[in-house]
Amino acid sequence: MAEKTTDTAALKPIPVTVLTGYLGSGKTTLLNRILSESHGKKYAVIVNEFGEIGIDNDLIVESDEEIYEMNNGCVCCTVRGDLIRVVEGLMRRPGRFDGIIVETTGLADPVPVAQTFFMDDDVRAKTELDAVVALVDAKHLPLRLKDSREAEDQIAFADVVIINKTDLVTPQELAVVEEVVRAINPSARVYKTSRSGVDLARVLDQGAFNLERALENDPHFLDHDHGHEDHVCGPDCGHDHGHDHHHHDHDHDHHGHDHGHDHGHDHHHHAPSAIHDVTVKSISLRGGEMNPERFFPWIQKITQTDGPNILRLKGIIAFKDDAERYVIQGVHMIVEGDHQRAWKDGEKHESRLVFIGRDLDVEKIERSFKACEATSA
Amino acid sequence: MPTVAPLDIEGHVVAAHFLGDTPFFATAAGTIHRLDNGEKVTEAHEGLLACIRDPHSATLITGGEDGKILRIGQDGGVTELAHVPRKWISVVAGGPQGAVAYAQGRSSFVRLADGSTKEFAEQRSVEGIAFAPKGLRIAAARYNGVSLHWVGTNAPAADLEWKGAHTGVTFSPDGRFLVTMMQENALHGWKLDGKPGDARHMRMTGYPAKVKSLSWSVKGKWLASSGAPAAIVWPFSAKDGPMGKAPLELGTRADIMVTSVSFHPAEEVLAIGFIDGMILGVRIADGKEALLRRPGKGAITGMGWSATGKLLAFASEAGDCGVIDIAA
Repeated sequence: MAEKTTDTAALKPIPVTVLTGYLGSGKTTLLNRILSESHGKKYAVIVNEFGEIGIDNDLIVESDEEIYEMNNGCVCCTVRGDLIRVVEGLMRRPGRFDGIIVETTGLADPVPVAQTFFMDDDVRAKTELDAVVALVDAKHLPLRLKDSREAEDQIAFADVVIINKTDLVTPQELAVVEEVVRAINPSARVYKTSRSGVDLARVLDQGAFNLERALENDPHFLDHDHGHEDHVCGPDCGHDHGHDHHHHDHDHDHHGHDHGHDHGHDHHHHAPSAIHDVTVKSISLRGGEMNPERFFPWIQKITQTDGPNILRLKGIIAFKDDAERYVIQGVHMIVEGDHQRAWKDGEKHESRLVFIGRDLDVEKIERSFKACEATSA
Repeated sequence: MPTVAPLDIEGHVVAAHFLGDTPFFATAAGTIHRLDNGEKVTEAHEGLLACIRDPHSATLITGGEDGKILRIGQDGGVTELAHVPRKWISVVAGGPQGAVAYAQGRSSFVRLADGSTKEFAEQRSVEGIAFAPKGLRIAAARYNGVSLHWVGTNAPAADLEWKGAHTGVTFSPDGRFLVTMMQENALHGWKLDGKPGDARHMRMTGYPAKVKSLSWSVKGKWLASSGAPAAIVWPFSAKDGPMGKAPLELGTRADIMVTSVSFHPAEEVLAIGFIDGMILGVRIADGKEALLRRPGKGAITGMGWSATGKLLAFASEAGDCGVIDIAA
């Protein structure tokens, strides 16, 4: 239908950045920077309350968070009803802004926000989820993880995690926080900063939710080898440079599955409680070429049965006799996939898939994933 | 052959209505354009979200991003009815005796002609509001159902429950039925004239897209809807409405979605606006189609008939609006 519709509908989808983070994590400061710094772009911002945003801007929209369960019998198929309405209104006059930022409340579950951009046809036709960004308060993260599941969910669900307020913790404490973040979400890009001083180029227009673009920008994003070259330091966090990169940052490729637990045990002397409060885990699967006739029913089944426990899944799949890489990603029961590009000469035809979730049966998932390989009988 | 007098307006046009013999067009930017011896423009809102024709007077009622609820007169005059600072007002309705209903967040409001306003707390955010055809009563569509309030009393709301998000609401002209649009590509209906406590449900499903436009035929025999590559027209003349009956599918086009429907004020003739800007007129009795406008630059967002039914004003997402003279 797209070619039949109009000029307006044919425009490039507007990128949407979802900003999550607990109260006090620095969201407002970051928003104020986005709204006031001269980066040549204009953003419409959807907030729950104007609160402390001291900037008068007619593109700030206050919206009451309304979570709607879709009437399709799937409990995890939730959307933000208010966002559908506001986005529809905003998109009637798209020339006013270059992107949309959705700020969620501190306790918000990021999933309904993200799913809105997949499940509502109108929203989906005009916008594109760019990235889910989670701000983490370095000082209070261990406490947050103890008393809430949301803090963990926000990290687990994010494409970009900004560890903020690094100036309030010791390098050792910061190291633990970073380790916890990576244990919860090994595939996120992680930046450390203070006073929300992260380079905005690392927050906006990331294309992180678009797997194809995420892979173009960061071909190793499923490799978990986030070295220090990824990290951006704010203007006043020079002190932590060079001190906090643990050896394990460099050798991820060598150990296999279940990073979260490995890290936890490696560093129990720092703050075992923070890690023990982590209930989300990630499963990194690696395999050879897959048989599509086994793989697709498998991913369907696993997302149907374990969907409620799967926060995110991302992967690159090599299918037998297929000249192109297949990329796949999902949120709960929603799975999307597409061919990305041809395999390069000499590139290893390997399948990689990361699940981030709770109560996932690692052994079963690994075994059933392996059974989809084209080589197995 | 009908003739089209085009009117090109900058940007997205949300609605087109007639007040008397004057066609009005409301833009998303907030201007109201009318063709009254040439094009006249009124600055109404800073961002307009809703514009309806008051069924009880020759005025428009609008709501905007500026939090204002306005009444627009036939001469383009603007009267501010209410102002909710910093809130978007996307839901408005016109009632008897100058009453106006609007919603903001989890509250419905009814402003009476004397300027007094009554607030009704709702369970969830209100996405649609409608006045009943008889009595001063409103229906507020929300998540998991509709709440009915008598404006003159403090009686608790009568709640009609149905799981899911209800995004718009309309009463049948005879008040026997209430129909909502839903987030999940369906309509839901309640039969209101049954025994108390026996609110009969009607599920109207099978749409490939969300329904965004509804229109009742002159005597309420039919309810036309968008959301499919044809206008889906449900029969409501029987005692139980459309229950157990299939709808008519009018103006079917392969894969071209209907975005707006509007029944003629006197005849059982339906104007059907499509996503590509085409407009068809279809007679219910025999399904005979007439091309009223060829495809244009954008989806038809709204249509309004003149009182005589000889003229049809239409609004487009791309601003290429106009007035069709049916009789010409």
